[in-house]
Amino acid sequence: MKNSRSTFSQAVRYALVAAGVLMAAQAAPAAAQKTLKVVVHADLKILDPVWTTAFISNRHALLIYDMLYGLDSKLVPQPQMVEKHAVSDDGLVYTFTLRPGLKFHDGAPVTSTDVVASWNRWNKRDPMGQRLASFTASLEAVDDKTFRLTLKEKYGLVLETLGKSTGGLFIMPERVAKTDPQQQIKEYVGSGPFVFEQSEWRPGNKVVYRKNPDYVPRSDKTDAMAGAKIAKVDRVEWLYIPDHNTSLSALQAGEIDYFEAPPLDFVPMLEKNPRIKVIDIEPLGLQGILRPNFLYPPFNHPKARQALLYMVKQEDYMRAVVGNPKLYKKFCGAFFLCGSDNESSVGSEPLMKQDFEKAKALMKEAGYNGEKIVVLQPTDRAQYNAMTMVTIQMLRKAGLNVDVQAMDWGTVLSRRANKGNPYETGYHLFHTTHGGPSTANPVSNTWFNSRCEKANPGWACDMELDKLVEDWSRESDRAKRKVILDRIQARAYETVPYVPIGQYTQPIAVRSNISGVLITNVPVYWNIEKK
Amino acid sequence: MWSYLIRRILAVIPVMTVVGIVVFLILHLNPNDPAAIIAGDHATAQDIEDIRRRLGLDRPIYIQFVDWVGRLIRGDLGSSIFLERPVLHLILERVEPTLALAISTTIFSVVLAIPLGVLAAWKAGTWIDQVIMAVAVLAFSFPVFLIGYGLVQGLALELDLLPVQGFVSISEDPVRFLAHLVLPTIALGLVYTALLARMTRSTVLEILNEDYIRTARAKGLANGRVLIIHALKNAAVPIVTTIGVGIALLIGGVVVTESVFAIPGVGRLTIDAVLHRDYPVIQGVILVVSGFYVMINLAIDLTYTVLDPRIRY
Repeated sequence: MKNSRSTFSQAVRYALVAAGVLMAAQAAPAAAQKTLKVVVHADLKILDPVWTTAFISNRHALLIYDMLYGLDSKLVPQPQMVEKHAVSDDGLVYTFTLRPGLKFHDGAPVTSTDVVASWNRWNKRDPMGQRLASFTASLEAVDDKTFRLTLKEKYGLVLETLGKSTGGLFIMPERVAKTDPQQQIKEYVGSGPFVFEQSEWRPGNKVVYRKNPDYVPRSDKTDAMAGAKIAKVDRVEWLYIPDHNTSLSALQAGEIDYFEAPPLDFVPMLEKNPRIKVIDIEPLGLQGILRPNFLYPPFNHPKARQALLYMVKQEDYMRAVVGNPKLYKKFCGAFFLCGSDNESSVGSEPLMKQDFEKAKALMKEAGYNGEKIVVLQPTDRAQYNAMTMVTIQMLRKAGLNVDVQAMDWGTVLSRRANKGNPYETGYHLFHTTHGGPSTANPVSNTWFNSRCEKANPGWACDMELDKLVEDWSRESDRAKRKVILDRIQARAYETVPYVPIGQYTQPIAVRSNISGVLITNVPVYWNIEKK
Repeated sequence: MWSYLIRRILAVIPVMTVVGIVVFLILHLNPNDPAAIIAGDHATAQDIEDIRRRLGLDRPIYIQFVDWVGRLIRGDLGSSIFLERPVLHLILERVEPTLALAISTTIFSVVLAIPLGVLAAWKAGTWIDQVIMAVAVLAFSFPVFLIGYGLVQGLALELDLLPVQGFVSISEDPVRFLAHLVLPTIALGLVYTALLARMTRSTVLEILNEDYIRTARAKGLANGRVLIIHALKNAAVPIVTTIGVGIALLIGGVVVTESVFAIPGVGRLTIDAVLHRDYPVIQGVILVVSGFYVMINLAIDLTYTVLDPRIRY
């Protein structure tokens, strides 16, 4: 008996020791006070922001590279790497001077030749960069700190183009920037506030950045993407956790500090947790879009695309996708987002009131005779899937014969880029989203681009609309721009490059000991403090 | 024996060849396009076309196949289309978490399941047997993700005893390595424990009805000796087979468990590669894993000779 009791007490002692060890193991990560642990929305796979339009690659670039200009909270470009610039009286010559103290992560100073090389690579791929290039006569380094842009004719969006954060002009060393734009870069050296720790990168798991000790921030106050970029944590660790429930549990347990894209149905629960803050960092938010394929009947006919406007009721979509009315606008008919400088309601009347009879009449005028309408349904993307479900119901209510093709997002991306017959390899309709400052501008809003074969999948085609966008981009007078913008929107509601199905925000969630999160439309990690 | 071993190892070649051809054809005849995924959500058709050309995906399939086989013969599994890193490196990076989870799950299951299975067989028809088998059925019926979320809620969030997610290498911190393995091991191990316990019970039960067991009991041997030396040893062959198959499945990657606990193992590498259409990675992982399956089967077959002297190759 004595023996069995001593065995039992020994077992209890072992169990207590084991529990202690495990609890100590739990406590260990908390000791790293200055590491900001972030669950990002996607796994970082491509480190070249020029090579891909993937958001995650862009966010990586915002951390390690610096930019010539940054957009402030009013979306006005402010100098970032540039100390000053001068414009000639005729508006054709821009002379820029870099600010002192700029250094790459390898210690080399940032010079004008680095800027010119980075600019020349970027403008081969980015649509807004390409448009600026089409106005450019020359771009040259004058000396180490000065470079000059000479235009063929006046262009109103020079600084906006240089300051945009999505698909932005990230400055790389000349040797890196000389890489063919069709090839990925092999070296990841920037001059931004954080340094990429390549040796700690574990694709599919973790990306690590450390504070750049040599970064000299601007002295101006931080204002969105403009002003001082001060890294206030020593390390930023991006964790890729594909399961949202696991991310939620990790945030609740304090294993992570920052949940970049919590599912929208988690938001009410997160808001109730006193140890968690929900922050809307996107004043502009996201726009859901329904994209028709311009290449095939019935949506090659403008009447059929206009019919979609009469079928859509934005609130139905927003209820299905977002749910929480605090996170969406009841109605927004602006192609360039409500709340932006380019907001306009011109032409949006057909979208305001659902009218299936009118939609049926327009479909008939477009020659629709009950053929199948192929809709791509990405079942693994909750938001896109919800949008598609609403669309299916809406099309059926309008008397259309719907052929829903369910697939994963990767297949949708492949399929929607295929110009083939909708009944074989193509499609008629699909959903996507876009948002932020790039959507708020007719030039950088890539889904609005109506350059036919050169447009995004769906191949919106209306050269008159494109001409209006070009006129808008030449104009630097704000009042005149507004007039052109209204004409752009009126025309867009006739040709319908896409149907805006609603505007909503995707908040982030952080632990309550995190402060200094910037309202920037895209997540950035400077200015953030962890107490 | 040696000639058997050599024959079995050589048999890997045709198996891998068939696996390679089938996997290549399934992937490449599918109308999917990694270039569209690489280019991102806002790319134009021209961007996608440029990337496709750059990656050589616009070449005829037979040329791509010959190119792939040529590199394979030189021992090169190729590079990830997205990461531009050798596939072998990517697999090796993921081996430690998967291997650790496979070993811990196997140990957990064997230590728990075999005594329970033997006990159930020994007490067949009694309430002990019924309880053990009921628990086994329950464990087997619950989806792993449900068990996983339950464990996270109870042991990680409520009691704050264990970490919710992630993996720490044993070389970095052995204690945290173990702490991170506990929950996934239990979540995954319960299913294997149930399977193994049922298999052990039925095998041992069958053997307990054999004449030689009756003889052993008639000779007056102690129950424990009859059970361990006479029954369990003879039941070992099917049990070892089940354990072996379990290990092979675990090494192949346990996608749900790795996803629920954010473990960067082979399973997640595979599913990620499939979702991104990263052909070289999918092909590489399947080849390596199928090679491993063949080797595990060989190891199981060789174990039979140790467990049952009647088996000779």
